[in-house]
Amino acid sequence: MALKKKKTLSGGSVLKVKASVAPLNFGTQWQYVEALEGSDHVKIEPKYGLFIDGKFVEPHSKKYFDTINPANEKVLSKIAEADAHDVNLAVEAARRSYDNVWSKMSGKERGKYLFRIARIMQERARELAVVETLDGGKPIRESKSVDIPLAAAHFFYYAGWADKLEYAFSGRSPRPLGVAAQVIPWNFPLLMAAWKIAPALATGNTVVLKPAETTPLTALKLAEIFQEADLPPGVVNIITGFGATGAELVSHKGVNKVAFTGSTEVGKKINRAILGTDKRITLELGGKSAHLIFEDASIDQAVEGIVNGIFFNQGHVCCAGSRLLVQESVEKIVLRKLFDRMQTLAVGDPMDKNTDIGAINSHEQMKKIEGYIASGKTEGAKLFQTSCRLPSKGFWAKPTVLSEVAQSFRVVQEEIFGPVLTVQSFRTVEEGIEKANNTPYGLAGGVWTDKGSKIFSVSSHLRAGVVWANTYNKFDPTSPFGGYKESGMGREGGISGLLPYVQF
Amino acid sequence: MSRQENSDRLGVLKTYKLYIDGKFPRTESGRYFKLKAADGKILANVCQGSRKDVRDAVTAARTAFAKWSRQTAYLRGQILYRVAEMLEGRRLQFTEELVEQGVTRDKAIAEVSESIDTLVYYAGWSDKYPQIFSAVNPVASSHFNFSMPEPTGVVCVLAPELPSLLGLVRAIAPVIIGGNTAVVLVSSKQPLSGITFGEVLHTSDLPSGVVNLVSGFRDELIKTMASHMDVNAILLCAEKDRVGDSVVVQEQAIENLKRVSVWKDIEANPYRIMEFQEIKTTWHPVGA
Repeated sequence: MALKKKKTLSGGSVLKVKASVAPLNFGTQWQYVEALEGSDHVKIEPKYGLFIDGKFVEPHSKKYFDTINPANEKVLSKIAEADAHDVNLAVEAARRSYDNVWSKMSGKERGKYLFRIARIMQERARELAVVETLDGGKPIRESKSVDIPLAAAHFFYYAGWADKLEYAFSGRSPRPLGVAAQVIPWNFPLLMAAWKIAPALATGNTVVLKPAETTPLTALKLAEIFQEADLPPGVVNIITGFGATGAELVSHKGVNKVAFTGSTEVGKKINRAILGTDKRITLELGGKSAHLIFEDASIDQAVEGIVNGIFFNQGHVCCAGSRLLVQESVEKIVLRKLFDRMQTLAVGDPMDKNTDIGAINSHEQMKKIEGYIASGKTEGAKLFQTSCRLPSKGFWAKPTVLSEVAQSFRVVQEEIFGPVLTVQSFRTVEEGIEKANNTPYGLAGGVWTDKGSKIFSVSSHLRAGVVWANTYNKFDPTSPFGGYKESGMGREGGISGLLPYVQF
Repeated sequence: MSRQENSDRLGVLKTYKLYIDGKFPRTESGRYFKLKAADGKILANVCQGSRKDVRDAVTAARTAFAKWSRQTAYLRGQILYRVAEMLEGRRLQFTEELVEQGVTRDKAIAEVSESIDTLVYYAGWSDKYPQIFSAVNPVASSHFNFSMPEPTGVVCVLAPELPSLLGLVRAIAPVIIGGNTAVVLVSSKQPLSGITFGEVLHTSDLPSGVVNLVSGFRDELIKTMASHMDVNAILLCAEKDRVGDSVVVQEQAIENLKRVSVWKDIEANPYRIMEFQEIKTTWHPVGA
């Protein structure tokens, strides 16, 4: 990777920098040479309608809203805003295709459609990655290596289940539920669409999906892919809009199943909205996951894990390892190495292949992150931020660590959803576990130690749905994901991910 | 036991109390309701359990959860089997008690037998449901990845009114065999079987606090059980004449996202164990 010092090209020669004596201060002393991903081959329409019954249609209200690139605030496209009338059309289309086509089709044929979709996504992977990064602000490196391949893999995995469902539930005969209303967030737009749509279709349900208002483009590209794959009209309908559109959708009488990924607050509202109905619900909500570093861990590897845990996707990750818990005996060295490593993080243009941390997804989210950092300082936390320079346009946040925090601090108890890590120390294993479990959340957790028995013991004590031991933020279609306690209910991925979409 | 004396000896009547934390306290409220036989004879002054009794029971259940959830499947299976043994030894007592409460003798005998068999059935599941519902996931990276069920935590159970004994056993067996602890409101129509069942549990090596039994009325306690912030799940055994219960439970459960199960029957199967389990997935790198 090419580096330049004070605007001078280094010509790719090996740099000799004495680590720990003079840390690499990127953004001040050192900069990478730009390596921009091209976007010429990608076509974004000036405006997108609603995808209902296999066609893009005008919204009933004729209203459109802008979707912007959060890295430069430029408008990318105009997006239709669906109202109750449109929601009704979409649900009716889904119901018709459920009754007449999809529920009558053999699992084998359903599966072939899903395989087709997966393959077209792979063919169009670069385009999807570019659109994902432009619309959401995540580094192109992550879109290309994580979001898009995993989304395609998810379709490929559940495609194979469609004609094998009787093997998934011993002693039972699974049947679909009907029409699924699915509302997804802006942090992994296409991947979340795949997590929702693939298992629903494999089990024979039809879908109305609402993507987040700040990141609708890849879901609309996915609609194009459904057309390309000849998926029967109405099997998946994609309606765009804000929270009001989502509220209309989940409370529509024609919906049998609600699946939501987003904040715990909104999840509870949705739960309230469907009270007294027979609608089944799956919730993937917030988290405040603990990342435990024990003194017998491989410290350098653990530091990489901490960085990946909290700075992956700007910390816009529900399972982010946002609470670092370090055993007291290694706290100093872990923090020194962490701060040194953080200085090397490249913050900036998401389309630059060097970029580690891209743009914050929206102005609103940036303000929320800034509010939490201010709250942490007010409550007495010690602040560390890297010395990177932030671009003048767009929404950004510096990689941030808040140390010397107490368990009761808001920044320790509440989900920030940004590149902000809190640090606490512990002495005994019991104390570490106690602190790890001491929030209303229970989505994920991390454990770093080279002692195998300790891994099994600690991971079994963590009240969380996913535990990463000596690694962090890994995802796979075969691997169930979902929370304990107020982090949600139900699982997505793996064999467990079928259950929320079937009845017996 | 039967209150009818066939000699001139004066019978010793039993005081029916609650079963909380391995003890048999009276309700802290000091309240009671009269349970009468069909012929109007008073069978017992039954404790009318209070919200405070429920909260005490939740505290006991939470404390017990730490150890019970980490016992081996083998041990939990043996203890549940021991409960079956103890119930078998008290067949006559439970049959008589059901008859006193208005069940015909034939049905009472069958209900006790089915209750015992249910305990044996779930005892056998203890070390098998994790095998059926776990998975090693073939992830596309160099990691070892597995998913397995873990108990949800403290579970409140609104047991069926009828059948009072079999319904109770069908409700609590899948909850506790999976490592959860339970706070149970027993039948108010036939409360004696539920309360006496506490004596069976107490003599079965079941640790204190794993099952806590409260007698009283749904109208008064349903909200407390469904809204308690230290309860992880609630099982509502639906009653045909109480259609509003499920909305009450679901609404109160939202605040801390309790898992809600509503049963319209008391079928026994391993999926009922899984209703009170969470799937945990663990990753570890594979490499030198």
